[in-house]
Amino acid sequence: MANLASDFAGIKSPNPFWLASAPPTDKEYNVTRAFKAGWGGVVWKTLGFDPHIVNVNGPRYGVVHGADRRVLGINNIELITDRPLDVNLREIKQVKRDWPDRAMVVSLMVPCEEEAWKRILPMVEETGADGVELNFGCPHGMSERGMGAAVGQVPEYVEMVARWCKANTRMPVIVKLTPNVTDIRHSARAAFKGGADAVSLINTVNSITGVDLDLMAPEPTIDGKGTHGGYCGPAVRPIALNMVAEIARDPETAGKPVSAIGGIGTWRDAAEFLALGASNTQVCTAAMTYGFGIIKEMTAGLSRWMDEKGYERVSDVVARAVPNVTDWQHLNLNYVTKARIDQDACIQCGRCYAACEDTSHQAIAMTEDRRFEVIDAECVACNLCVNVCPVEDCITMERLPAGTVDPRTGKTVEPGYANWTTHPNNPMAKAAE
Amino acid sequence: MTNSPTTPGIVAGRLAPQAIAENFADIAPDFDPHEAAVAADRCYFCYDAPCVAACPTEIDIPLFIRQIQTGQPEAAGQTILDQNILGGMCARVCPTETLCEGECVREAAEGKPVEIGRLQRYATDRLMANDGHPYRRAAPTGRRVAVVGAGPAGLACAHRLAMHGHDVTVFDAREKPGGLNEYGIAAYKTVGGFAQAEVDWLLKIGGIELRHGQALGRDVTLDGLRNDHDAVFLGMGLAGVNALGVEGEAREGARDAVDFIAELRQSDDLTKLPVGRHVVVIGGGMTAVDAAVQSRLLGAEDVSMVYRRARDRMSASEHEIDHAATAGVRIITNAQPVAVHGNGAVREVEFAYTRDNGKGGLESTGETFRLKADQVFKAIGQSLEGAPDGLTVERGKITVTGPGRTGLDGVWAGGDCAAGGEDLTVTAVAQGRDAAEDIHARLSA
Ligand SMILES: Cc1cc2nc3c(=O)[nH]c(=O)nc-3n(C[C@H](O)[C@H](O)[C@H](O)COP(=O)(O)OP(=O)(O)OC[C@H]3O[C@@H](n4cnc5c(N)ncnc54)[C@H](O)[C@@H]3O)c2cc1C
Ligand SMILES: Cc1cc2nc3c(=O)[nH]c(=O)nc-3n(C[C@H](O)[C@H](O)[C@H](O)COP(=O)(O)O)c2cc1C
Ligand code: SF4
Repeated sequence: MANLASDFAGIKSPNPFWLASAPPTDKEYNVTRAFKAGWGGVVWKTLGFDPHIVNVNGPRYGVVHGADRRVLGINNIELITDRPLDVNLREIKQVKRDWPDRAMVVSLMVPCEEEAWKRILPMVEETGADGVELNFGCPHGMSERGMGAAVGQVPEYVEMVARWCKANTRMPVIVKLTPNVTDIRHSARAAFKGGADAVSLINTVNSITGVDLDLMAPEPTIDGKGTHGGYCGPAVRPIALNMVAEIARDPETAGKPVSAIGGIGTWRDAAEFLALGASNTQVCTAAMTYGFGIIKEMTAGLSRWMDEKGYERVSDVVARAVPNVTDWQHLNLNYVTKARIDQDACIQCGRCYAACEDTSHQAIAMTEDRRFEVIDAECVACNLCVNVCPVEDCITMERLPAGTVDPRTGKTVEPGYANWTTHPNNPMAKAAE
Repeated sequence: MTNSPTTPGIVAGRLAPQAIAENFADIAPDFDPHEAAVAADRCYFCYDAPCVAACPTEIDIPLFIRQIQTGQPEAAGQTILDQNILGGMCARVCPTETLCEGECVREAAEGKPVEIGRLQRYATDRLMANDGHPYRRAAPTGRRVAVVGAGPAGLACAHRLAMHGHDVTVFDAREKPGGLNEYGIAAYKTVGGFAQAEVDWLLKIGGIELRHGQALGRDVTLDGLRNDHDAVFLGMGLAGVNALGVEGEAREGARDAVDFIAELRQSDDLTKLPVGRHVVVIGGGMTAVDAAVQSRLLGAEDVSMVYRRARDRMSASEHEIDHAATAGVRIITNAQPVAVHGNGAVREVEFAYTRDNGKGGLESTGETFRLKADQVFKAIGQSLEGAPDGLTVERGKITVTGPGRTGLDGVWAGGDCAAGGEDLTVTAVAQGRDAAEDIHARLSA
């Protein structure tokens, strides 16, 4: 049986699944339920100083649904905790005492002054918590007050606050990054330069989920007005995957502990993040959509998959896929594929045809009796038909072996590897050795 | 082929072999991965899901369906089998429309529940094919438990006890294990020798010795078993059959439906199995439905199923009754048999119409009718046979309290022979399992 135990920047938990700082970790009641269900740890809902903030009293979430009202993404305009600091601290202390084997990390957001951090850190330390996470990500509300993303978007501030915290606590410091930047690597580098032990990402993505066309107002709508909120859930996972990978393959930050957040809800989502360099994961929207019970699938699934693959511990998986994340210019241009349609699996919906005929390369032929066939002489292997086909594995990509002629280009497929850097069409091409 | 549905008498080969093969093919074939993905996607992962509460073995249904969604049908299978070691058979035979699927919130929303039964089969079939037997025995305890009956109740009990490290001996009167899984369930629900394959798979846990041809009351006694073992579990089902109590019921051509079904299940060539041209089935339960439907599938020209009360009182589910009607079975209600007529062999059955007598019973309306019959199947219920002395039997079932404790110390009972729950495979599994846990707790104390 695979060992799921996790050691993240010195913080131990029985599995690499934590709940992200958000409503699921807002108070003792929720967190106790989460631990009972099997979650490995939590990042407590972000604390700030009293007087505690207030939330709107109307709807704070908007949603994007997929077919069958499946929740694809949620956007929120909730702020940090709206409960008094001492209440939170007392509860944190109690829960940590009751659940010593679970990770208890406390998320913090206080004004961008060293005094403020100096004041709050000892209070957290006193609870016995395992670490702190600096919320530099919240994209709405708090950023208007010079906190959250307003700090996270300026690498110099990230570094500075990280340094203050490291100087004022013995606890591991995790810096939570905002995705609302052009290059996540600058934020990560700054955090580590400031001495942070780890980074976590992503916080939510700035967004408007919809517009009420009768009220002519963005959703969620509060008395006829709306504001941009933070988007999360399965829809943001691809953004998070890329950002995690960027940090993992950046020579300046490679190998540093990364806690992955963003659209994780199954063992597979988590495994993908681990493979791209994260060493643990955090979950918010999936728990908010389905409840804490999903942890059972995540732990059982990850453990089974690791057994199948012969991975004994989580660290065996971490960053396995990172060497295969490369730049476009290094992709093999001698890798030639063609789409193949499995006629037995095909249900003749014609979506591949519409996609290819209207928007791609006119490489699918349709007969009168609705048989769809790939025209190799036109197929550029873009994968669009594969993507839009409703039947899994009905259309697949097949590689042309070296030595065969690609009917589209009339050229023989070359063996070996050749990329753009040596391609004759590249004005900057280096002569092949 | 010389015989046809209209050949008089009770004869074999009324239909061409091809037609018989098609009729007895898997009624709800396994999903392919695409179908499974589409079906699984419909699950809402309900909180405190009503489907789970409706399953006598309380399988964590939302969890196993989520595991199918995430591409791990074997993990889903494990979730199922953790609760119900005969989850493969239950996936095939449970009347899901009255259990899990009947409670699915999508049944309420759209009249179309998540297909839990078929998803369960998808998962368990894959686990059994790809993972082998996933359970290991605990360290041996040196304790010995006797289990009477290798039906669903006995097997579930034996497996759970073996898992806890006890040594189990199962005594069964028949030649093959499986109980009604092997001798009773309709053939098209469990094709391809699944019942035996499942038993073989279950026994791979080790620590279970199967003794067939050993009947309690004939070859072994309860006292003997109690002397030689630390505990005894009785799961011998209902081996007796209720009689009609009408004139002529012993005529040639009239027999118990369960015997016909057992013969059908044990036949390795259904084109050689004789069936009447005019078949009359008496009863309103699952056994009656199965005898009637399978008679039609073998090529009987006309099959009537006659039940003495109203349709809504039939113990067969709505779905089963519809299935019978679709198979061409004529369903007659509110009629009870008066006599089986014939000259040596059966020729006709005479019925009287009934009505409620206002006191919970039935009375004849005085009007009678006759149905032509070459063959009559009696399916008015099975009964407990040979319950050992010393046990309390009430309304034809062994009285039990809690997890199957009988009045005798160290003796538990579950499944059809014990009081409580419906007579279903899944109920038998639940009771066998729970008794095993109770036995284990007792033996560990
Ligand atoms: C025709 C028919 C169709 C059915 N269809 C369905 C269905 O589709 N779905 C469903 O859920 N349920 C169905 N049932 C009900 C289901 O089969 C039973 O509820 C279930 O098998 C009960 O399990 P059990 O272990 O208690 O008894 P059984 O399955 O009856 O097993 C009892 C075992 O004990 C053995 N035995 C009996 N007497 C003795 C003795 N004295 N000594 C030793 N061994 C003995 C028997 O040989 C047998 O192996 C059907 C029943 C019948 C009769
Ligand atoms: C309602 C809501 C409130 C949140 N509040 C906080 C917060 O207080 N502090 C914080 O660091 N992140 C907060 N987040 C962001 C989440 O912790 C997480 O980074 C984000 O939702 C992405 O993960 P997910 O896709 O699993 O939801 C909040 C998210 C939601 C939906
Ligand atoms: S989930 Fe619904 S009921 Fe609960 S607080 Fe929010 S709006 Fe109210």
